[in-house]
Amino acid sequence: MIPELGHFALVLAFALALVQVLASFAGVSTKNDRLANMAAPAALAQFICVGTAFVVLTISFLSSDFSLNLVADNSHTAKPWLYKLSGVWGNHEGSMLLWVLILAGFGAMVAYGTRSLPQDLKNRALCVQGLVGLVFLAFVLFTSNPFLRLDPAPFEGLGLNPVLQDPALAFHPPLLYVGYVGLSVAFAFAVAALWRGEVNAAWARFVRPWILLSWSALTIGIALGSWWAYYELGWGGWWFWDPVENASLMPWFVATALLHSAIVTERREGLKAWTVFLAMTAFAFSLLGTFLVRSGVLTSVHAFANDPARGVFILAILAVTVGGSFALFAWRAPLLKSDAIFAPISRESALLFNNLLLTVCAATVLIGTLYPLVLEAITGEIISVGPPYFNSTVLPLAIPLLLAVPFGPLLAWKRGDMRGVTQRLMLVAFITIGVMILTFVLTRSSPGFAFLGIGLGTWMVLGSAKDLIDRVKLARLPFATSLRRAAGLPRAAYGTGLAHAGLGIMIIGISGAGSLHDDHVAVLAAGQSLNLGGYELQLDTTGLYEGPNYYSEYGDFTVSQNNRVVDQLRAERRIYPAEGQATTEVGMHATLWGDFYVILGEEQDNGSGWAVTAAIHPLVRWIWFGALFMCFGGLLSMSDSRFRIGAPRGAKARQTGNTAS
Amino acid sequence: MRWLIFLATLFVALPLYALEPGEALSDPAQESRARVLMAELRCMVCQNETIEASRAPFAAEVRTLVREQVAAGRTDNEIKTFLSSRYGDAILFRPRLGLSTWVLWLGPFMLLGLGAIVVVISIRSAREKPSEVPLSTEEQKQLKNLLGTGGDPKQ
Repeated sequence: MIPELGHFALVLAFALALVQVLASFAGVSTKNDRLANMAAPAALAQFICVGTAFVVLTISFLSSDFSLNLVADNSHTAKPWLYKLSGVWGNHEGSMLLWVLILAGFGAMVAYGTRSLPQDLKNRALCVQGLVGLVFLAFVLFTSNPFLRLDPAPFEGLGLNPVLQDPALAFHPPLLYVGYVGLSVAFAFAVAALWRGEVNAAWARFVRPWILLSWSALTIGIALGSWWAYYELGWGGWWFWDPVENASLMPWFVATALLHSAIVTERREGLKAWTVFLAMTAFAFSLLGTFLVRSGVLTSVHAFANDPARGVFILAILAVTVGGSFALFAWRAPLLKSDAIFAPISRESALLFNNLLLTVCAATVLIGTLYPLVLEAITGEIISVGPPYFNSTVLPLAIPLLLAVPFGPLLAWKRGDMRGVTQRLMLVAFITIGVMILTFVLTRSSPGFAFLGIGLGTWMVLGSAKDLIDRVKLARLPFATSLRRAAGLPRAAYGTGLAHAGLGIMIIGISGAGSLHDDHVAVLAAGQSLNLGGYELQLDTTGLYEGPNYYSEYGDFTVSQNNRVVDQLRAERRIYPAEGQATTEVGMHATLWGDFYVILGEEQDNGSGWAVTAAIHPLVRWIWFGALFMCFGGLLSMSDSRFRIGAPRGAKARQTGNTAS
Repeated sequence: MRWLIFLATLFVALPLYALEPGEALSDPAQESRARVLMAELRCMVCQNETIEASRAPFAAEVRTLVREQVAAGRTDNEIKTFLSSRYGDAILFRPRLGLSTWVLWLGPFMLLGLGAIVVVISIRSAREKPSEVPLSTEEQKQLKNLLGTGGDPKQ
């Protein structure tokens, strides 16, 4: 009975989405405000209905109601409750329901969370949002219905893929979806703006918080996925250029470009058509990502939905959305004239440079991801495009962009002073060179160019700090005055600084982990040890134990450095009988400067001991620390007072806000 | 319980680290060259995994081949040619530049060039002054009014 309630709520949500689209479209077209204003309550009701359906599905999972096909296929009574919960979106149908839930939630927020949004713009945006919701609700109801019953109901479920039974992965999909779906709001505003034929600074100010929210969620969602791969897949890799990873990276690149171009639209009313174009492209990439992951066209570990009907449906959504919105763009974009004037050396130009490289990065990842599919379809030739391709195309594009990061915020709008900015960055450059020399000396025993990457990251971190130091005039004014200036600085300035510095921290981590790692494998019996990178690893004991829904073979290790014990580690191999699968649980001695990573292999046939692999991943944690900084920076910018629409703006806030980015 | 685990391992593909004890070459320079090569080869029976990282028997077989060839003094290029003639081009994660892959390799840089031209044009046009049509007397009056009452401090 309860699942039918959810099913009914979902059908009702579909009907409400239809009402939202038709009423707002008819109302806007005939200038009938009462009709058009129905969009907001419809959006709220739609959210309540989808929310009900989601709660019902969650209850079914938590109570292990195996009369639901989806629960029987993806859950098991022995699973801990967290994984029963994450099992709701650990499968195709449930994850699409989550997608629609977030979409409806954002629709309700647009309807009721932004009071001073002009009614007409709001109704048009809600019309577009409703259309996206309608299409995805149809997709869920007709091809991926989570509420299908099973008769007779089995006594036990099939369980959830054990590599997915992990806290980081429980939150990875919801965060990615917040990112993907948040971009749908930017898309809705972009289409609404084209429909109105008007883009202005106020429009950009309405859209920017949504872009920042999506970008922050995408950043941390991608980072969580990478962090999970690092410790769960069991060989210390953190980025594989897997098609599914690429599917989330492409919208991230475009969202990053959009984030920056929207600044120009907001501050200088420039790049209007381009910003609208990027907003549409970003969402198109989100849809493409959903299509690639959900249709199973890619051979990849993530593609667990192999149903061509679904693939064709999403492809149709993608084609109509992209085709329709870009046709609208071609028709209406000439109305969006930008009359901003700026010199070749200016913040505007710097942001154009940023946008050029970011969009080419996104295009490169797109080409590399789709090329084998297209080539095979056309010529039948099978090739593989893997990490070496992406490393040798995306990196050369990224390096000039990263080098330029500290210049951007220091350049003035309209006309920048390159010589002045270079002078201000002199000290930063000297320190960076010092760090590079130091790194080079410290790492000269290992091959590779870690010092270059670490130098690049240092340059970005210090450059971002320099911007903030200059703005509060630290050491040039009395400290108390600087402190007062620091308190008056808009949050967006700190957000920019944090995000840029976070990117630098991430680059340092990538360089360290990417080119300074080392590993060693040996057969160890209890009491024996191996040496790697100044650490001594001793296998103390091995044993077996039984977990809630798995059996584990484990090895206990002692890690010492200079004959001093620094850590006790346990590495495991777990067998999940319900799912018939195994996972590795690595042992990690984590420090800021690197991880000492231990993997328990198989017991040797001749009884001489266990294959044990030790690996060193220098600076690897900086990758995810960097992502945290970036995410926090994005959220801080989002909370900037100028986006709190309707909030009274004081004269002081207006002045400092003017120089902010 | 031990037999249960043993039984389970018979049916389960273990996602584990690819290095096996005794696999490595004794010469560290040769070994690191072999490892670099392995990271550029695809495990053909896996889903998007490298020969270096995969646990599949196929990957172990190719690792042995690569190490043998490296030890025999073959160049990287010779080894890749040998492997792609044996297993097909799809074993190479770095596709060779050729008739069917030039768009793949040159596409990004052509797009960069195209984009750079568009950016340069838009920067140049942003520099141009708007056409200087003199203000009509009506407009001049409006301007005076606006300036007299004090405009938006932002302007």
